[in-house]
Amino acid sequence: MTNHWVDIKNANLIVVMGGNAAEAHPVGFRWAIEAKTRNKAKLLVIDPRFTRTASVADFYAPIRTGTDITLLSGVIRYLLETGKYNKEYTLAYTNAALLVHPDFKFEDGLFSGYDAEKRKYDKSTWAYQLDEKGMAKRDDTLSDPRCVINLLKQHVSRYTADVVANICGTPKEAFQAICEHLAETSAPDKTTSFLYALGWTQHSIGAQNIRTMAMIQLLLGNMGMAGGGINALRGHSNIQGLTDLGLLSTSLPGYMTMPSEKEPSLQAYLDKYTSKPLADGQMNYWQNYPKFFVSFMKAMWGDKATADNGWGYDWLPKWDKGYDVLQYFELMHQGKVNGYFCQGFNPVASFPNKNKIVESLSRLKFLVIMDPLVTETSTFWQNHGEQNDVDPAKIHTEVFRLPTTCFAEEDGSIVNSGRWLQWHWKGAEGPGQALTDPQILAGIFLKLKAMYAKEGGAFPDAINSLSWAYGDPHEPKPEELAKELNGKALADLPDPKNPGQFLAKKGELLPGFALLQADGSTASGCWIFAGSWTQAGNQMARRDNSDPSGLGNTLGWAWAWPANRRILYNRASCKPDGTPWDKKRTLIKWNGEKWVGVDVPDFKADEAPGSPMAPFIMQAEGLGRLFALDKMAEGPFPEHYEPFETPLGTNPLHPKVISNPAARLFKDDKAQLGQHQQFPYAATTYRLTEHFHYWTKHARLNAIIQPEQFVEIGEELAREKGIGHGDMVKVSSKRGYIKAKAVVTKRIKALQVNGQSVHHIGVPIHWGFEGLTKKGFIANTLTPFVGDANTQTPEFKSFLVNIEKA
Amino acid sequence: MQVNRRQFFKLCAGGMAGSTIATLGLLPEKAMADVRSYKLLRASETRNTCPYCSVGCGILMYSLGDGAKNAKSEIFHIEGDPDHPVNRGALCPKGAGLVDFIHSPDRLKYPEVREAGSNEWKRISWDEAFSRIAKHIKQDRDANFTEKNADGVTVNRWLSTGFLAASASSNEAGWLTHKFTRSLGMLAVDNQARV
Repeated sequence: MTNHWVDIKNANLIVVMGGNAAEAHPVGFRWAIEAKTRNKAKLLVIDPRFTRTASVADFYAPIRTGTDITLLSGVIRYLLETGKYNKEYTLAYTNAALLVHPDFKFEDGLFSGYDAEKRKYDKSTWAYQLDEKGMAKRDDTLSDPRCVINLLKQHVSRYTADVVANICGTPKEAFQAICEHLAETSAPDKTTSFLYALGWTQHSIGAQNIRTMAMIQLLLGNMGMAGGGINALRGHSNIQGLTDLGLLSTSLPGYMTMPSEKEPSLQAYLDKYTSKPLADGQMNYWQNYPKFFVSFMKAMWGDKATADNGWGYDWLPKWDKGYDVLQYFELMHQGKVNGYFCQGFNPVASFPNKNKIVESLSRLKFLVIMDPLVTETSTFWQNHGEQNDVDPAKIHTEVFRLPTTCFAEEDGSIVNSGRWLQWHWKGAEGPGQALTDPQILAGIFLKLKAMYAKEGGAFPDAINSLSWAYGDPHEPKPEELAKELNGKALADLPDPKNPGQFLAKKGELLPGFALLQADGSTASGCWIFAGSWTQAGNQMARRDNSDPSGLGNTLGWAWAWPANRRILYNRASCKPDGTPWDKKRTLIKWNGEKWVGVDVPDFKADEAPGSPMAPFIMQAEGLGRLFALDKMAEGPFPEHYEPFETPLGTNPLHPKVISNPAARLFKDDKAQLGQHQQFPYAATTYRLTEHFHYWTKHARLNAIIQPEQFVEIGEELAREKGIGHGDMVKVSSKRGYIKAKAVVTKRIKALQVNGQSVHHIGVPIHWGFEGLTKKGFIANTLTPFVGDANTQTPEFKSFLVNIEKA
Repeated sequence: MQVNRRQFFKLCAGGMAGSTIATLGLLPEKAMADVRSYKLLRASETRNTCPYCSVGCGILMYSLGDGAKNAKSEIFHIEGDPDHPVNRGALCPKGAGLVDFIHSPDRLKYPEVREAGSNEWKRISWDEAFSRIAKHIKQDRDANFTEKNADGVTVNRWLSTGFLAASASSNEAGWLTHKFTRSLGMLAVDNQARV
């Protein structure tokens, strides 16, 4: 979230799309209700199903799964054609006025530079026109046809209300109402908050779903505002934190990138990622990349990282391509992987095409499970009849299952969706011989290190150089690890403004990332966490819930990255001259010397209003991007592409380019895609309020209140297929089948799309062949093995099935 | 009005139902303590965060056991933290069952191994688990580690073993996971955020 949970109460309009907050995030969703009662806010829900969120909404509109970009592009068209957007904000704070490369174009569903063979774009034309100094050219009169906003107008001109209705199945009047509601919040004293979750990410066009919404927020002037923003309601309690820590194939902590083999030297790597300005006078904060990276390396390798060895640059692995889970299970399926660790993760249930996942795990030599609970992944080799029909004797994978403690049995911090790092305390010992994750990792690592010391072996240098300065090497303590993440001064850090004074003395914990250095004099495991545990103590454990402004920014409660800032880009809550767009939402103000306020200013503290510096300080031009340059895989503007399994069999906008042209699809998985003739129904998976993922089926209370697997179908389809409420049905895709009870409901209605009637089938995910509920089938037996072109997040929310009475 | 245990029983015998007496506020602390003590009076309260979704609701966990060396504490009740600015004491249907998650009969208690082709789990010691896993790692890493790619660029990567990191483990465990995996040269590292 750019904003945070409590801040939702400040919104005038709340749009829930690609999520079902009332069920999946029930307590956070109370702040949407608070906005309704406190602000007379309107709640608008757009979803294929009439969800529990919809049941308390002021307005609900149905939409066919996988067509959100069409609807949102229609909204952009409406805003631009009627002029109902915040023009001053758009001109000053977005790249609307910047000029785009003369050769950039869009034609028949493809942007310039497409290579059909590689399914990739040459993005060289997805760029600004630059002047002789290398700065982006702009035309503030917006008369140049190459201005971003003019190209955008042209791009979205195709998304008329008729096209939206034809592709999405959303009635024209409903679409009109959505446009009008959103347009109202273009007023400077009105905001929209968008709440979304996996209903937007789990598509082959997931990242562009979110981008389209972000563009609307920029046009409406809602970014940086209390009650505005882009609010991802993340699925698990600490995937925010583990993403912040770079636990993704090609990532490093703090949103840095793992070096690839194209950057053979430290210098080549830093040159690539140290941001160069695209406009004069901008903060361009990623220009500090070397400080963050070198400090990370000092945290990794300690004294062994020196200027002479490039801070241990050779000790980091260099990638040739991303090894995201789809790519990796594909390799595993081909027999190219020998070992796998699953730490609190259940891929048999969580990944698409469950049968492929089980086949892949069966080809491993060893599998290590670290988990507090029994998971289907740990018992993938057991025969569970139809639900897991395997022969253990034929599976030669050695499986180690290691019991871990759970949240209640350890100290530590996790990061919520609002970027708050909250410290928690141990309340009891784990059961039996369970150990913490750090104890287990240390146990394996120290054994391995000893083996390398004794026997030698492949490249022990990085293993030997890893900093392991813990009081008890077998049990690194949460406090020690948290301090390592925060970082410390490795030498006295002189204060450049006050000679003879020091910003921090050697050995002191750092107060924030502003002190990080690129010369090896600071260490910090994750630069955005700098400030979380300082000389003043553990900031994540703070417990002052006072809220003097009434806007909900409880700056004394826990600690938020970055720098305890609660609303990102909050400089944009003021006009360029420093006056707030809306006085009652004043977050920061200029006091004559510096920016101060009820939030931590997200700006250069002493940069006076009226300067050319723009609020989006992480961008090279300081602006919010309506045109994404080369940052997205499938285009700088969002475009509607059908799901890989489409009930239409075509794309009404451009029949030659049906689905995301830049998405990666492996050969075997392509053969396992279903066609609408055999699998005519659009299916989508989702969660219920009584369960969390695949965990609570192991908790008795939750197993009692939602004990048995079911699927939801509409009344019309039930009649057509002769299925009654409570009948057992078999739902099949090209990849497999599940059997479950049918819930026949009024909440799902057939939609009229492109001259045909499209039925949706809803598949809740929470069951499996382990747990205290009745045994069930893994819902992901049905889902396709294809992901978003940028993130490789699987397309769980849009696929094709058939249904029959079992 | 203070009543002791003897007076309490006398009052009951005198025809007033015990429940009425309790309603009137006459319940003597001692008398009740003798029958069944309030768990909450002896409980330790520990602050934690709900491990399910990303709202990050504050919770209070109540456990018995005073933290003495040989006393094992056990959590018997969990409720929302009323001071928490987001949840203000509330929990959802998922969070309401947290204590059943901690005490699930499906919690793992001992290190185990399922040998190749076997149809059963076998209990092993932690030392055996660490040793065998470390041996597997070393064997695979030594056999498949790539120091240089085809162009002679130093890449120092190990692609034949991967690591899926958790979605609810702490940042501190996550940081050690990062150090562990990257120092071994792993690139097939992902977490739940991917899906």
